[in-house]
Amino acid sequence: MIALSDYLILGAILFSISLAGIFLNRKNVIILLMCIELMLLAVNMNFIAFSHFHGDTIGQVFVFFILTVAAAEAAIGLAILVVLFRNRLTINVEDIDTLKG
Amino acid sequence: MQFDMPSLIPVLPEAFIATMACVVLVVDLFLKQEQRIVTYSIAQFSLLMAVLITMATSTGDSQIVFHGSVIRDTMSDVLKVAICIVTAGAFLYAKDYLRDRDLFKGEFYVLSLFAVLGMMIMVSANSFLTVYLGLELLALSLYALVAFDNNSGLGSEAAMKYFVLGALASGMLLYGISMIYGATGSIEFQPVAEALVSTGMNNTVLVFGLVFLVIGLAFKFGAVPFHMWVPDVYQGAPTAVVLFLGSAPKIAAFALAMRLLVDGLGSLHADWQGMLAILAVLSMAVGNVIAIAQTNIKRMLAYSTISHVGFILVGILAGTSKGYTAAMFYSIVYAVMAVGAFGIVVLLSRKGFEAEQLSDYKGLNDRNPWFAAMMLLIMFSMAGVPPTVGFFAKLFVLEAVVSIDMVWLALVGVAFSIIGAYYYLRIVKLMYFDKPEDQEPLTAGMDTRIALSVNGLAMLVLGMFPGGLLSVCAAAFS
Repeated sequence: MIALSDYLILGAILFSISLAGIFLNRKNVIILLMCIELMLLAVNMNFIAFSHFHGDTIGQVFVFFILTVAAAEAAIGLAILVVLFRNRLTINVEDIDTLKG
Repeated sequence: MQFDMPSLIPVLPEAFIATMACVVLVVDLFLKQEQRIVTYSIAQFSLLMAVLITMATSTGDSQIVFHGSVIRDTMSDVLKVAICIVTAGAFLYAKDYLRDRDLFKGEFYVLSLFAVLGMMIMVSANSFLTVYLGLELLALSLYALVAFDNNSGLGSEAAMKYFVLGALASGMLLYGISMIYGATGSIEFQPVAEALVSTGMNNTVLVFGLVFLVIGLAFKFGAVPFHMWVPDVYQGAPTAVVLFLGSAPKIAAFALAMRLLVDGLGSLHADWQGMLAILAVLSMAVGNVIAIAQTNIKRMLAYSTISHVGFILVGILAGTSKGYTAAMFYSIVYAVMAVGAFGIVVLLSRKGFEAEQLSDYKGLNDRNPWFAAMMLLIMFSMAGVPPTVGFFAKLFVLEAVVSIDMVWLALVGVAFSIIGAYYYLRIVKLMYFDKPEDQEPLTAGMDTRIALSVNGLAMLVLGMFPGGLLSVCAAAFS
């Protein structure tokens, strides 16, 4: 029997990986988008684990909504990425530094 | 599971805005570029009608519908009306700006109306799921709006930064929500609040949940140390978009904080009070001090936003109905001030020229004394000079925090407001005591001029008679 805490630790590890990915990544914007997706999946893991151990379905309903919103978010993110590439001809994170001060 | 008619009446304003956003989307397809004014008129008409519908269906007591997902109370009614009015102002100022830059397209109004819908859902949310969906509808529309000028390198860079940090914030917020769901077994605010009363704070999962929730909230508010996106987005986005993005969403952010922290986690007040106090002090300090170093007015106003957010947080953390009233008053007043300030930026800009540098405001009094006076009123109001309304907004917040014996916080607020007065008054100095570098006449249309005059004078009138708006806000928490 896998305990609730095991699922939570897995969720926390996934969440930490995605956070580290967002802050450490200096190469490619697409990796940022992947990290964001991973973060939402870590949250889904938590919701499903809690939902199972509480024995109610509302957590699983929440997961469906998160998945739907994540799809919309990925679409907008990639659209912005295309616009960015057309204007800058690069998607390197280090080159996106015109705005500062 | 019955969908009877009475339960739809409370969500009529949202349903109306959703329908009209789709109508705008379809109607716009059949219009030629020179008929685009029709799209604009429909958008303005929908906002106006949404205000009327909200007022007409308002009952004065709180109704919970859709199986506990949506709440309709006085606070939501007042905030919805404020959001629609501020957005209508932003549309009005933005029209000429968009037309001059070949950005006068239907998408602007469709996305903005969906953002308004997101804000209205957030304001009326009664469960974590509804809050999240409203927040994402707002955020996704705003990401697209920031990249609206798709030939602008700065715009797309700002949109990318906004997107990544906004999505990160949503992730944090969701992680917090999942923990709170785990600790309490519910996502509706009332059952969560009841469960928390019995369990208290001695639960590691709950501590995690609260911390992540507050971080996510701080990101969305733009409070220090989670403010990195605010100046970049304000500078990079087209001014017409900043008009909208910098005003109405602050009202929605206040509602977000109220719903999550007060309705949902009210019994943990002692725990989140300290976190908000840190955020508030840092926001007021960093916002006001870094704004002094800016030469770009949009960036300067961004840092000024951060400092105002600090004040709104001070009101919320007081945890009394007096504090909530003061924070609500502050956020509405701030939205009106912000839309006015960016309205002046739009007014001074023209085809091929953006009045973004502080030096563009030199000698405005010689070029147009009336609008120099309007800018003066708005800047005085932001700085908190009596008798403008900004003074009373600050006063009510400080009163609320003094009445819970956190005098040190009030002193910090006053000290940083005085530092902040420097950069607001610098604009007044540039307008009145410097020679103009730019002698072009202002090109704005009559509607913009009238609306800006009303906006500027409202600072003075509301400041002399703050009782009306204050009693409306107080009614929400009685």
